[in-house]
Amino acid sequence: MEELRILSPTAILGYGFPEESFRAGLALDPHVIAVDAGSTDPGPYYLGAGVSFTERAAVKRDLALILEAGCSRHIPVLIGTAGGSGAKPHLDWCLDIIKEIAAAEKLRFRMAVVPADVDKDFLRRKIRSGTVMPPLGPPAPLQEADVDKSTYIVAQMGVEPLVAALDAGVEVVVAGRAYDPAVFAALPVHLGYDRGLALHLGKILECAAIAAEPGSGSDCMFGWLRRDHFLVAPLNPQRRCTVTSVAAHTLYEKSDPYFLPGPGGALDLHAVTFRQHNERQVYVAGSRFVPSQQYTVKLEGAGPVGFRTVSIAGARDPVFIRQLDQILAGVRERVADNFHALAGQYRLLFHIYGRNGIMGELEPLKEQSCHELCLVIEAVASTQETAGTICGFTRSTLLHYGYPGRLSTAGNLAFPYSPSDFQAGPVYQFVVHHLLTVDDPLELF
Amino acid sequence: MGMVNITRLARVIRSKNAGPYELTLDIIFNDAETYRRVKAKRLINKKLIAGLYHIPEEQVLALVAFDPANAVKATIVRSRPCGDVGETDVYGAQQHAPLLELELPWDD
Repeated sequence: MEELRILSPTAILGYGFPEESFRAGLALDPHVIAVDAGSTDPGPYYLGAGVSFTERAAVKRDLALILEAGCSRHIPVLIGTAGGSGAKPHLDWCLDIIKEIAAAEKLRFRMAVVPADVDKDFLRRKIRSGTVMPPLGPPAPLQEADVDKSTYIVAQMGVEPLVAALDAGVEVVVAGRAYDPAVFAALPVHLGYDRGLALHLGKILECAAIAAEPGSGSDCMFGWLRRDHFLVAPLNPQRRCTVTSVAAHTLYEKSDPYFLPGPGGALDLHAVTFRQHNERQVYVAGSRFVPSQQYTVKLEGAGPVGFRTVSIAGARDPVFIRQLDQILAGVRERVADNFHALAGQYRLLFHIYGRNGIMGELEPLKEQSCHELCLVIEAVASTQETAGTICGFTRSTLLHYGYPGRLSTAGNLAFPYSPSDFQAGPVYQFVVHHLLTVDDPLELF
Repeated sequence: MGMVNITRLARVIRSKNAGPYELTLDIIFNDAETYRRVKAKRLINKKLIAGLYHIPEEQVLALVAFDPANAVKATIVRSRPCGDVGETDVYGAQQHAPLLELELPWDD
């Protein structure tokens, strides 16, 4: 039967996989190994600072197995959103690891590198010439100020730049920021398979065994793409794919599971069928790709907002816990008074675990409190020094703060650590999350 | 009509970021029959989600019933973009707890 077989080793490059599962995948004779290396989920720091959220040694371990398998079997290897966020420093970091492996293992292959960075001046010119880049979350269309604030801006590539790389006859494709399913769908699209099915299979494979039962982000998944359907199954015999596990995965991290927009169009799942093919394989058909009128790509950018210092402390005294809100208000006032010269240069936050530390303003249980609380004192300021000053002064003020009915006059807080305060370094925020219309899917990459 | 806690009807109740600006809540019911009853009676609706999270109804951006997974999904505006100063849950993976308290009108 005419089919294209795709091996997905792990949910994120560096999250690992059992070698046994990987070997079971190779035994099925895949035509391509593809892996997604990124996500925005770990937050804005990684894109803004140009740092990977995965550990170098873990990425190297995964890559060594993947590259060796790709080279010895002469099948293409595609890596998407290299380095976690897919901007230049992330891509360079990943390439450095690949070169190290290639040298150590004496691997020889032709490699295409597809950067996803968007030139800031190009965006400024677009904005000035009246191009509106609508927001996907931020309050307004892209402004020059957003471009200025961002350290790195990337665009999410679709399959086209990857297909172009495969066309050029390379064995390894390392891409910057890419639409998660793109690395899985590139070879199928290149060979003329249905784009809707290829992208839907890619959506499932990009999280590897997360779509299996029991789910895992660090185990392999395998896809069989045919002309009018695909099959998907995990490679670890202790897992299986069920209609529920695969269909449920389609919901994951999406707002509308029937209509999933991406570069150049959307995946329409209104007519999709999921069927249990056998004990461990699920059959999927009816996924449709609907091209959009204009080809749009998503831009992502993050920029610095300051520096953070935190202090972690516990409280066990019921008299103190009962009056915590008034006490914290008093401490806040004392800090503001003592450092009025720094007004406007810092933000002071209290995370109160045991009360609403996890849900914040969404916490419906407003009146409940635990017999012990964990307080995280957080200062974010324009300099690391100011953040340290505010955090440290808040900590010492709170430790010795007098309040009505106080019995424990020796100190209000229990610190698990000495030193009690931690410099968390630069803090970033997502600034750019906008759509850009391009004339050509290859224009930016 | 009796009431039943949702944990008796659903096998998955979870929350997660849907991009940096939205939080999505998934309820996957035990079987197709349970799901169909919930869907037919619109037991999970925007108003209910808004009430559980104490947010205005317009901040419940979408409420979709997804037949292939026997699931109902609601998407709400994040309190702040992922990782902004004041963040409490970067991945949004622990915002589902209020759903676990849901009591639905149900006759066995």
